[in-house]
Amino acid sequence: MTDPVLQTIGISKAFGALQASKNVTLDLQPGEIHALIGPNGAGKSTLIQQIAGNLRPDDGQVILAGENVTGLTTAQRARRGLARTFQISALAMEDTVLQNAILGALGASGKPWAFFGAALKRQDLRQAAETALARVGLSDHVATRTAELSHGQRRQLEVAVALTLKPKAFIMDEPMAGLGTEGSQQMTQLLHELRQEAPILLVEHDMDAVFALADRISVLVYGEIIATGSVDDIRRNPKVREAYLGEED
Amino acid sequence: MSRETQINSLIMVGFILVPLWAWMTDEPFIITLTTKAAILALAGIGLNIALGLGGLVSLGHAAFFGIGGYAMGILASHAQSYDPILETPFLIEGTKSMIVIWLVAMITSGLAALAIGALSLRTSGVYFIMITLAFGQMFFFFSISWPAYGGEDGLSIYVRNNFPGLNTLDPIQFYIIVFVIMALALFLTARLAKSPFGLALNAARQSATRVETIGLSTYGLRLLAFTLSGMITGLAGALFADLNRFVSPTMFSWQTSGEIIVFIILGGTARLFGPVVGAALFILLEHILGGLSDFWHIYLGLLLLLIVLFARGGIIGILAGREVAHD
Repeated sequence: MTDPVLQTIGISKAFGALQASKNVTLDLQPGEIHALIGPNGAGKSTLIQQIAGNLRPDDGQVILAGENVTGLTTAQRARRGLARTFQISALAMEDTVLQNAILGALGASGKPWAFFGAALKRQDLRQAAETALARVGLSDHVATRTAELSHGQRRQLEVAVALTLKPKAFIMDEPMAGLGTEGSQQMTQLLHELRQEAPILLVEHDMDAVFALADRISVLVYGEIIATGSVDDIRRNPKVREAYLGEED
Repeated sequence: MSRETQINSLIMVGFILVPLWAWMTDEPFIITLTTKAAILALAGIGLNIALGLGGLVSLGHAAFFGIGGYAMGILASHAQSYDPILETPFLIEGTKSMIVIWLVAMITSGLAALAIGALSLRTSGVYFIMITLAFGQMFFFFSISWPAYGGEDGLSIYVRNNFPGLNTLDPIQFYIIVFVIMALALFLTARLAKSPFGLALNAARQSATRVETIGLSTYGLRLLAFTLSGMITGLAGALFADLNRFVSPTMFSWQTSGEIIVFIILGGTARLFGPVVGAALFILLEHILGGLSDFWHIYLGLLLLLIVLFARGGIIGILAGREVAHD
């Protein structure tokens, strides 16, 4: 097995008496899509936040490309190649689609200390932004104010901004939410292609998408990973059926 | 040319024509009023970088306005009494040179903004407002209780400071200096707002998470914005002191901080010319209504209330509509 791009080793986090993460060990291999599923309240968001750097685990480590990043901030992790998309869009809503994408490219350049020239006229940033927007299918909405986008389009823009970072690993929190059938298919196709550039840790409720895309699936229940394996393994696993997929066949 | 650009141009023309007319009809008082409006506008332009672009509601910008004022007062008072500020370990003398005073005002207020910002920006929201207010008040009480430079009575400077080739005591010539500085500050702020730094700062106001997620430090962006903001307001303070040839602790008072915020809200938050319109209107109201009643602030408050309730974009917002997304 090759070295994982992203890894958590024995992460635990408690909020008072609530144990939100229990000794979570999980890894993301090059070229794969690793889906993280689990019922509501299983602690998926808490886990993602600890990997991305918004929350500090009580115990355990987060390893990104061989480096222990547990003590680093979100921004520092992003600079080391971790790109995240949000379930509830975190975008500059008053800005245009292009401005949001250019912001991503600016973050990737690591040099925001430019005070004089117009950001929209920086060819390097603009090109990276337009390429990313074309890949997610937002080329026609470049000049649209982000607040005027549909929920699905915001999801696409989230992915585009993540693309501009040229990351080593993606963490995507429900990229299919609100997309509709056609959009969902497009996004599935895009993620399918993306895994070759950087592996994806995918949190998703759309089971069709998860089963179509995932190389491996981990199931999180009450903060604990109860199973990790291929799509077929997970489908057959009796513990998973009981906890998550329900009784129906 | 967008509608907002047209309006901005008209305002600039106004800032040229009004003093020109006053100069031709020999009305030095009108020139002085316009000068005051331009200086207060400059203080607002400074705050607008932090407040409008960065979303940092600072209720302590009087600290920088006052530091600028006292930078002028201290340097000029030592120069007029031929008494050096410091003799050992090295000699620092006072000066009457405006350019040196401006530089000192901007550096000292910039350093103060860096220190205050570094501490205050660890908080946000109401706490940020309160902590900046507290720092402002610290400077206010310090200036009152420090007798060396006049304490509560303030400090008078008999002659306006020098600018090479101009007679600064002539109102119109002093106005030209102030106007050029204001125009320059507007030009630089306009560029800043569209620059990569401005884009990132503005995005940090809308979604701090977003900016962190792409690998930029919101703290760093905001600290720099706060420092630049303090420097411009500090420069305005030095000019204000020179206009009045007088510095007093009032410049440090929280009412001053509040007034600078009022200019921005009246004119339009985050609009380039917001503080310019706001300051001009404030001076106009103070002049017209102040002549009718000592309690003219009641009408100002009413106007402010109407704008906050019904026109969030301020006067520029009413005239120019919502900001157009460029490109």
